[in-house]
Amino acid sequence: MNFNIKRIVATAIGAAVFFLLARFVSIPIFANTNLTLQYAVLGFFAAVFGPIVGLLIGLIGHALTDLAFGWGIWWSWVIASAVVGLLAGFIMKAGKVEDGIFGKIDAVRFVIGSLIVHAVSWGVVAPCLDILIYAEPADKVFVQGLIAGAGNFVFTAIVGTLLLLGYSKTRVKPESLE
Amino acid sequence: MNEPLIEFSNFTFKYRAQKKPTLTDISLRIFKGEKILIAGPSGSGKSTLGSCLNGLIPFNNPGTITGELLIGGKKPESVFSLGVSVGTVLQDTDAQFVGLSSGEDIAFSLENLAVTQNEMKKRVQKAAKLVEASGYLTHSPQRLSGGQKQRVSMAGVLIDNAPILLFDEPLAALDPLTGKYATALIDEIARDTGCTIIIIEHRLEDVLWKHIDRVIVLDNGRIIADAPPDEIVVSEKLDKIGLRRPLYVTALERAGVSVMPGSNPGRIETLRLSNGDKEKLRLWAKAVTQPPFENASKSETSKNKEEPPEKEAQENTPLLDIKNVGFTYDETGTAALRDVSFKLYPGEMTAIVGANGAGKSTLAKLIVGFETESAGTICYNGEDMSDFTIPERAERIGYVMQNPNQMICKPMIFDEVALGLRVRGFPESEVAERVERVLDVCGLSRFVKWPISALSYGQKKRVTIADALVLNPQIIILDEPTAGQDYKHYTDIMEFLAQLNCRGVTVLLITHDMHLCLEYAKRAIVFSDGRLVADRQTYELLSDPALAKKASLRETSLYELARLCGIDDAKVLIKAYLSGFGADNTAGRGI
Amino acid sequence: MALFGYIPRNSQVHRLTGATKLIFTLALSIAAMITFDTRFIAFVIALSIILFAISKVRLSELKAVLVFITIFLVINNVAIFLFAPEHGVMIYGTRHELLRISGRYALTYEQLFYQLNVTLKYFAIVPVALIFFLTTEPGEFASSLNTIKVHYKIAFAVSLAMRYIPDVQRSFREISQAQQARGVDISKKASLKARVGGILTILFPLVFSSLDKIEMISNAMELRGFGRLKRRTWYSARAFSKWDFAVITVSLLCVGLSVLTLIVNGGRFYNPFTNPF
Repeated sequence: MNFNIKRIVATAIGAAVFFLLARFVSIPIFANTNLTLQYAVLGFFAAVFGPIVGLLIGLIGHALTDLAFGWGIWWSWVIASAVVGLLAGFIMKAGKVEDGIFGKIDAVRFVIGSLIVHAVSWGVVAPCLDILIYAEPADKVFVQGLIAGAGNFVFTAIVGTLLLLGYSKTRVKPESLE
Repeated sequence: MNEPLIEFSNFTFKYRAQKKPTLTDISLRIFKGEKILIAGPSGSGKSTLGSCLNGLIPFNNPGTITGELLIGGKKPESVFSLGVSVGTVLQDTDAQFVGLSSGEDIAFSLENLAVTQNEMKKRVQKAAKLVEASGYLTHSPQRLSGGQKQRVSMAGVLIDNAPILLFDEPLAALDPLTGKYATALIDEIARDTGCTIIIIEHRLEDVLWKHIDRVIVLDNGRIIADAPPDEIVVSEKLDKIGLRRPLYVTALERAGVSVMPGSNPGRIETLRLSNGDKEKLRLWAKAVTQPPFENASKSETSKNKEEPPEKEAQENTPLLDIKNVGFTYDETGTAALRDVSFKLYPGEMTAIVGANGAGKSTLAKLIVGFETESAGTICYNGEDMSDFTIPERAERIGYVMQNPNQMICKPMIFDEVALGLRVRGFPESEVAERVERVLDVCGLSRFVKWPISALSYGQKKRVTIADALVLNPQIIILDEPTAGQDYKHYTDIMEFLAQLNCRGVTVLLITHDMHLCLEYAKRAIVFSDGRLVADRQTYELLSDPALAKKASLRETSLYELARLCGIDDAKVLIKAYLSGFGADNTAGRGI
Repeated sequence: MALFGYIPRNSQVHRLTGATKLIFTLALSIAAMITFDTRFIAFVIALSIILFAISKVRLSELKAVLVFITIFLVINNVAIFLFAPEHGVMIYGTRHELLRISGRYALTYEQLFYQLNVTLKYFAIVPVALIFFLTTEPGEFASSLNTIKVHYKIAFAVSLAMRYIPDVQRSFREISQAQQARGVDISKKASLKARVGGILTILFPLVFSSLDKIEMISNAMELRGFGRLKRRTWYSARAFSKWDFAVITVSLLCVGLSVLTLIVNGGRFYNPFTNPF
């Protein structure tokens, strides 16, 4: 796919929004657990701009967040975020949402797609990297990944779908304006 | 002998998303070294014309073209090859500023051409010097004012040595005084570089105070005038399409002086008037201000409007009482407001003016509770507000942001306006009733089933005003309500606010639009460097050049006209102008 | 800028080019990821500590990473032990019991040594990126990435993201204030449902106004010739000195050394139990 200027800028702005949400916006639900919205925005940008933009937003957004928190870089999770963006970019047909098309079937497709994406990223990619890099015990990292993945998926499915719906309504179709 | 640098012949363009062409049958020739103003109301196609010049159309924004455009005798091939020969300074300086520092941003186009670093540094220095931006080359964009960002943008375009410079609405984001400097800077650039300059702008008078060779007026996608400024400013076509003519021309015509191109009215500096004409203006000013002013003051006194509000202090409780308020930013310790006191009375329509950073927005944030004052008290209806939460204040004082797109959060108008009531837990029946009433007041009833994305900018602005009004506040504060609007939309919004004001809503406008102050606000409160430096009738402010400068307002051209005609007290002329304006518009009010 | 903890100081580390520090960061991370040789990982941590010391970054400025890693590692170590108390035994193939707890839980030397290795690895891999981040001017990031052969378009996207983060942050603050004025409550006082709903009323205008920006910024960049050539130069790039070459050489040697440990140890793990010290 052509990584044109618009996609470069979308990557940057998407990463900036991802960063902001991850760094400053969290909804505490109970002790030590926060709901975060950055994966909903990541899913949205990936669905609109495609897999490469998604991959880079996940990578850049997550790496910058880690660094700005002063945490150093947690590679396995950064890479998992990049994989979320990459795979989410394949859920919707390229350019479809940009043309203002997002019906019920598309919404269902997005939700199911997101489920698969988050299952793969948090259920497979992140734990495998933890096993590979840190030789952590398998059952521990899989449980850990699935808990994180479930929360990320729920938010992506609900908020991401609403964002896509809202966005598709703002798009104009050819020859539709008087 | 002279080949045109830019030549449109029977050029028509239709956007992919549109049914009708945006530009129709444009034939236009621009020669090397000319300084051109392209003017027209919103939607006239002037920005589209600019995009054709720099190649964004058709290469980034597809559509259908018929006819021909030649630049330097050649057909455009891509955005970039054009980008080099037509340097563009876009309206949105934040979007144009892509570097992490000024120096980096100025160098951006050289980086893209893979110019060596040494040469880049040299050329950045040179370009920065040309626009007087050398002092902040290492600053991040967040540390720069709008005017400074624009200078950086200009340097970033000049660095290419492009023979044609295109400025897209360069004044839209600037306060009037900074806008005046920008116009002067463009004029200097034209002289220093010999570039062909094209300025797209609807604020005619603000551009014309410096020399312009030709004005091209667009309306509905067609060129309706192409003439030197002297002819344009006296053309009645401008009034018809909703472009504002220079104030001094309007004032002269109201006085019955027939202004002809021969008297060089394009700029007030070049305007020549016969002694008879000057006398006519003097007499008119006198005649208009004396008897009707008495009438006016009689009728106005009953409404407590014309007289300075202080006199009412004993009889009336102020709606808002700001007492010795100060504010200091925690992080930096800098004082943004110092010892500010004033009273706002029910039914007023008052403007808060001052340069960017003078403290006007900070004051609004203190009033609505986004920030907490570090000294003094703010009372609403005699009650100290310091214990009020933001939502509690919102039920008394509505706040409308400058950009409606930053406020609107629901796809449908009804839900958007209902939000404030629903989060407060009102029953749905009452929500429906109150939303419908507010939509009716705001003239939005017929759009109730529409998605907000289908509304125009001005309509969206009304939606956000409705958002605030639905909570039944007594006061509504608007931050730059008309920023970036052309005269027609400006008038629409302001007439609507005037109407609300007539219904008893107290309106507080934060603005640096001189016309807006002059025509709609009776009273102006001036901020400068965090202090309240003046609180008076608007016409007094505008006829005091030193004070106007402090408020970062341009002195109005009426002031110069008064001087030219030997009217000692410019107030008389300004008052005369205003009374004429009021009379014109009372009929027009009632949209 | 406070947001991106760049700490301007006059040190030899600051004088290194961003590209050098980036190579150092990546090389050390990879080296520490590859092997589980305790001696080598301790060596990598020592290298990082030396570099931090030279960089004049104060210990207090590393508080966040140290506190966070420590908390994480306490929890992580407990979790590892709860899930897999015999993981060390499985890895090293011997079992030296230290303390019997109950049921399937017993403390072994192998488990302790394994968990020590995991802990050291986190300390070797996670904080090292901060050396690059805290001592490199943001303006130099993009050129540094480009130097290590990341395509300049991607490198520039990183720089552009950093450029617009403060803008996005400002617009988030403004939007959130405007929505609060309408009665939207996102504080802890509100119910969870109200809070989620409240955040959404802020998120929507934020995302959609950001999308408007994309269009304008990409037009501006295209007009100024971005992406036209196969390469581009960088205004903020800096020239390499002999120190840069020295640090890069050390970095690459580390990777080599790491691979060497695999061969010497015959696997990823250094096993003190079968080959005594």
